[in-house]
Amino acid sequence: MNKGLIILAACCAAVAAAPFALAQDETEKGVEKYRQMLKEDPWSNPGLLDADRGEGLWKTAAGPNKVSLEKCDLGKGAGVVDGVFAELPRYFADASKVMDLETRLMWCMEKLQGWKHADLVKKPYPAGGQPVKDLGAIATYVASKSSGMKYAAKLDKPEEKAVVDAGHAIFFRRQGPHDFSCATCHNDSGKRIRLQGLPYLADPKEAKQVIGQWPAYRVSTTQVMTMQHRMYDCYWQMRMPELEMGSDVSVALIAYLTKSAEGGEIAAPGLKR
Amino acid sequence: MKKTAIAIAAVLIAGTAGSSAQQKPAVDTAKIGAAIVAAFPTAPADWKSRFEQDETMKECSIHENSPPKAVADAIQKREKARIEYPADGKLVGDWKAGERLAQSGYGLRFTDYPARNPNGGNCYACHQLTKAEVSYGTIGPTLLNYGKIRNFSEADTKAAYEKIYNAQAAYPCSNMPRFGTNKVLTIDQIKNLVALIMSPDSPVNK
Ligand code: HEC
Ligand code: HEC
Repeated sequence: MNKGLIILAACCAAVAAAPFALAQDETEKGVEKYRQMLKEDPWSNPGLLDADRGEGLWKTAAGPNKVSLEKCDLGKGAGVVDGVFAELPRYFADASKVMDLETRLMWCMEKLQGWKHADLVKKPYPAGGQPVKDLGAIATYVASKSSGMKYAAKLDKPEEKAVVDAGHAIFFRRQGPHDFSCATCHNDSGKRIRLQGLPYLADPKEAKQVIGQWPAYRVSTTQVMTMQHRMYDCYWQMRMPELEMGSDVSVALIAYLTKSAEGGEIAAPGLKR
Repeated sequence: MKKTAIAIAAVLIAGTAGSSAQQKPAVDTAKIGAAIVAAFPTAPADWKSRFEQDETMKECSIHENSPPKAVADAIQKREKARIEYPADGKLVGDWKAGERLAQSGYGLRFTDYPARNPNGGNCYACHQLTKAEVSYGTIGPTLLNYGKIRNFSEADTKAAYEKIYNAQAAYPCSNMPRFGTNKVLTIDQIKNLVALIMSPDSPVNK
């Protein structure tokens, strides 16, 4: 753990000090080196602290109803955590909706623990430098329990197909004062914004490499960021208002991205710039 | 002859099918529009226009930025008609102010209110412009020596103004924002950006 953080800090300090075009390559190299180290010593991943916290939260009685989430059905039966993330998003008959991991957790927190929806969606993401919020920590825990598996969400039910198609259309939907869509930044290989590399997310090859790394520990903000938070942040860049956690738009985009990444390996929590 | 034509057609169809990750779905765009409105429930009242798409946005979305020729021509014609020019006819402002605008990505994000600065053009997010600035993006082509390569000609200066004012008048469904038409930048700001890429004394052309 400590050794890992020291190396990480060293690599990134070096990058911060390097005032030239190679900075992006250097950051990517540093992050890649660190990823390699995580493979050899998985416990050096700071995101695992949040996964641990999430495990504790999953098992702790909470909310107005004072129950834990252990009866929550994430798709493979009440309380099953192992491998569920590899098969999400999916259609849940009890909710009559397709849900990704975070949306489903929110649903369980409402239905089982009695939290109010409005409170759950109010300020769901941490400010920079703050630890991921409770729901995000639980999501990190659940996702980590599919690490090493391949994405196998079938997304073949009519409801699921419709959501993937909607996600596809939303990915290309241009709006707002800058005419941006997701495709403006993520529909080509090898492009970057300033020095930040932009994955070609509509391409299965590139989607497979990155999508399975979420939730991810972000070195730049020293915190875990979840996939719903990632969508929110990209809409911020697009000059759109605040995307609601669990909205049909965010679920559709996540379903589309997951479909694009089908067969890719899950390595959550991953590590990002 | 006929057989070859069929074979070529088959290859072309297979080619397009293979090149896109997932087939373009047939979706109800009105439904998507409603989902977008519902997904941003805390949007201030004066932000509602950001959910709406003008004709050009609609076409570019449906065609995933590769519009068929007739649609592309219509977009170009429509967007060209939306360009407004400076009243005094002068297209070139101050390149130093232009460089500051090119650096700034400030403006119109929900964390940018109340406004503390003028909106930026954020050109460096997508373009290389000067040798000095090494933190530049690559979504757009390099603009190094833009004016010099064009001999600082009057026609190209006008084209640069039009490009920044409305990128789609020259290139339908361009990924570049329509800065003037969408009221992101003012005419004076655009003149400063024209100066940045078109004046001989700008670092873009050194
Ligand atoms: C204006 C540019 C821009 C737009 C538009 C944009 N993004 Fe992003 N996106 C980025 C940048 C920059 C990053 C990398 C951020 C970083 O490195 O910290 C990113 C990262 C991501 C990632 C994580 C990629 C990885 O490496 O794991 C995903 C997923 C993503 N975006 C999805 C989307 C979706 C979906 C949309 C549309 C709703 C969208 N983006 C719109 C700029 C954009
Ligand atoms: C989100 C990305 C993006 C931003 C921001 C952006 N551009 Fe562009 N720009 C492009 C792309 C993509 C092209 C190529 C397609 C085209 O010509 O429209 C382009 C093309 C151009 C061209 C024409 C290049 C040629 O070959 O003739 C000029 C000039 C230009 N941009 C200037 C600017 C200026 C000045 C700004 C800032 C105010 C800016 N751009 C901001 C993406 C962007």
